Amino acid sequence: MASRVIPANQAPAPKLNYLNNGHSLKSWLLTTDHKRIAVLYLISVTTFFFLGGFFAMLIRLELLTPQGDLMQADTYNKVFTMHGMIMVFFFLIPVVPAVLGNFLVPLMIGAKDLAFPRINLLSWYLYIIGGILITHVMLTGGVDTGWTFYSPFSTEYTNTKIVEAGLAVFVAGFSSIFTGLNFIVTIHRMRAPGLTWSRLPLFIWANYATSLIMILGTPVVAITIVLVAVERLFHLGIFDPRLGGDPLLFQHLFWFYSHPAVYIMILPSMGVVSELIGCFSRKRIFGYKFVALSSIAIAVIGFLVWAHHMFVAGISLYAAMIFSFLTFFVGVPSAVKVFNWTATLYKGSITYATPMLYAFGFIGLFTIGGLTGLFLATLGIDVHVTDTYFVVAHFHYVMVGGVLMGYLGGMHFWWPKISGRMYPEAWAKLSALFVFVGFNLTFFPQFILGYVGMPRRYWQYPPEFQVLNVLSTAGASVLAVGYLLPMIYFLWSLRYGPIAEANPWNAAGLEWKTASPPPTFNFDETPVVTWEAYNYDEIPDKELEAPVAR
Amino acid sequence: MHDSQATTGPATTQVTTLEHEAHNPALLHHFADAQQQKDAASLGMWLFLVTEIMFFGGMFCAYLVYRLAHFNAFAAGSQQLSIALGATNTAVLIISSVTVVLAVKAAEAGKRRVLVSYLVVTVLLGMTFLVIKGFEYREKFEKHHVPGPTFKFTDTFDDNGKQIPVNAKEAELFFSLYFAMTGMHALHMIIGCGLFSGLAVLAWKGRYSPGYFTPIENAGLYWHLVDIIWIYLFPLLYLISRHS
Repeated sequence: MASRVIPANQAPAPKLNYLNNGHSLKSWLLTTDHKRIAVLYLISVTTFFFLGGFFAMLIRLELLTPQGDLMQADTYNKVFTMHGMIMVFFFLIPVVPAVLGNFLVPLMIGAKDLAFPRINLLSWYLYIIGGILITHVMLTGGVDTGWTFYSPFSTEYTNTKIVEAGLAVFVAGFSSIFTGLNFIVTIHRMRAPGLTWSRLPLFIWANYATSLIMILGTPVVAITIVLVAVERLFHLGIFDPRLGGDPLLFQHLFWFYSHPAVYIMILPSMGVVSELIGCFSRKRIFGYKFVALSSIAIAVIGFLVWAHHMFVAGISLYAAMIFSFLTFFVGVPSAVKVFNWTATLYKGSITYATPMLYAFGFIGLFTIGGLTGLFLATLGIDVHVTDTYFVVAHFHYVMVGGVLMGYLGGMHFWWPKISGRMYPEAWAKLSALFVFVGFNLTFFPQFILGYVGMPRRYWQYPPEFQVLNVLSTAGASVLAVGYLLPMIYFLWSLRYGPIAEANPWNAAGLEWKTASPPPTFNFDETPVVTWEAYNYDEIPDKELEAPVAR
Repeated sequence: MHDSQATTGPATTQVTTLEHEAHNPALLHHFADAQQQKDAASLGMWLFLVTEIMFFGGMFCAYLVYRLAHFNAFAAGSQQLSIALGATNTAVLIISSVTVVLAVKAAEAGKRRVLVSYLVVTVLLGMTFLVIKGFEYREKFEKHHVPGPTFKFTDTFDDNGKQIPVNAKEAELFFSLYFAMTGMHALHMIIGCGLFSGLAVLAWKGRYSPGYFTPIENAGLYWHLVDIIWIYLFPLLYLISRHS
């Protein structure tokens, strides 16, 4: 065990890898290496995460007291809008596919790169252009419609920068389309010999399903935003009821993408969790095929539930009943995953390493988020809690409790592969604890707040809601520490962390069979796969194995 | 998929540069062989076309909803479009699709001059379409059928001389969709013309051979899709309300 980690100062001259193969700025900004592009994405999505987090802190500070004392109502509208837009379009949607997916998809399938490396780079630039646009909007006055751009407020009444913000989302959307397209082609055409569909890691299945949603859904929101922009610029009446247009059509088109977008966010994190649960319980994932196909099922059924955002918007009762039923139905494949992960844990040799702590956190929080989603799918309850903090708490449990837990778990798990260094385990465990406690303290009170009637998107509230709001703000502060800690120790580990070997977790998966960090073309020789995914029963325990050279 | 393919890639020990394999300049480094590269490119193009269908799908959906809601206005608006120009444009596009097919065939056969001339003819046909479309737009401006403050629409008559009462606001919606859909289609035509001009230059320089003409094939797929969208736009906007 002692020989597993080589102290940094005694390390031999490092092998040529993707990180030290060129140091100039140009070698990064014009790279077509999927691993370098993943690192570019890592830096940029992290920046936007902290920007979105800054707005979240402003919201929580304003809500510390019942009166509106920190900002005006209009400012508050802009703050929660910018929080939503940045977090949804510039963090949650790209984070796992563009960072971990970009890095891992070719490695996991034994390919040298994604099928279209230049389109991959283009998609990062599109993301950056979109990001610059949204930053410009933010600095020059912001938007106050909420991230949903609902018409007729967005098309008629607001005088904020809708067109510019729409353009930012449009451009970032094409970044996402190109990532999805690249993944699908890569997974179809670039797999190593012997790597059949039934041998693919579940992370690949999850990203495949995500990519399907990206290429089928994103164009629809793109054209919807174009129509909103055209309506504003040229005063057309596409969604304006005074001109015969229908605002409900906007909501239908918007949610046709934006509900599946929730699955764009959560599916890749589910894929991460499958990898973590398998590795840290040393078992093949229970019901591999069901977990794999449940990703596809979520992608397909997820396209048929959008109108559950519109139960009180004036759609027909019969339509509402069908969408209510379909929403319950999409819970089935999600539950399949949760039950199968739990079954995998049964009689597994479980190690409580940091990534596994995040995986446990994911299962718990996602279960709460998913089950409250079923409450909301119930027509009667939905009417009661629509546009209250109950909804806010529900989707934060899924998006933050789910997506972010999976992402952080994955970042810790693959950090040795990405950076070639180990992170400090004790600090990491501490931060996982901060995140879990802080998260629940922030968002659980919001379920109660919403249930007793506090509406969302208001900057003032009756004094009787203050205790729960103070708890929530306190939790947000703990959560912020939990998010800042990894930022610090990951950066610290780049220089001082112990050097990681090729496979520090003794994990299955092709990405662990090449060096850490991997060479530019990933594998010295194209691997030939003759085994199933998660063949942990065939991998000897670490302690019994003789130490191998890196 | 390519499970059956052996590991044909060269044993790349310690690859340090991104140089392409010397024997085939068109083969990118991360593909095992030309076939894999071709398969990847064509799958990628088909997926892109799927996104295009979804993109236009949003507008077709809006058209459907509003046509059902405001049938009379849509029928009356449709009467105002010129079938002659629309039909001419349809013919121009269908012919251009044929020249695209012939261009692909010429590329496959390695006939450089024939390839270049078909590409150029395709671009010219595309521009013809755009010019005719421009005349149609000009007519809309003259008749005040462009949505906005100057929009005017009075009651019209169907082919049997029966008067159709029309809400001008609803007719404006028809023309909003008309301009949004045909405008987005025209934008795709402009991109297509640029694409084919570029391909013509590269083909002239001898970039393509019977062993490598994937870009011609894929650009052709794009052109056909843009054609097909027009094939739907033409009857929906011009024809289906003219029952007699």
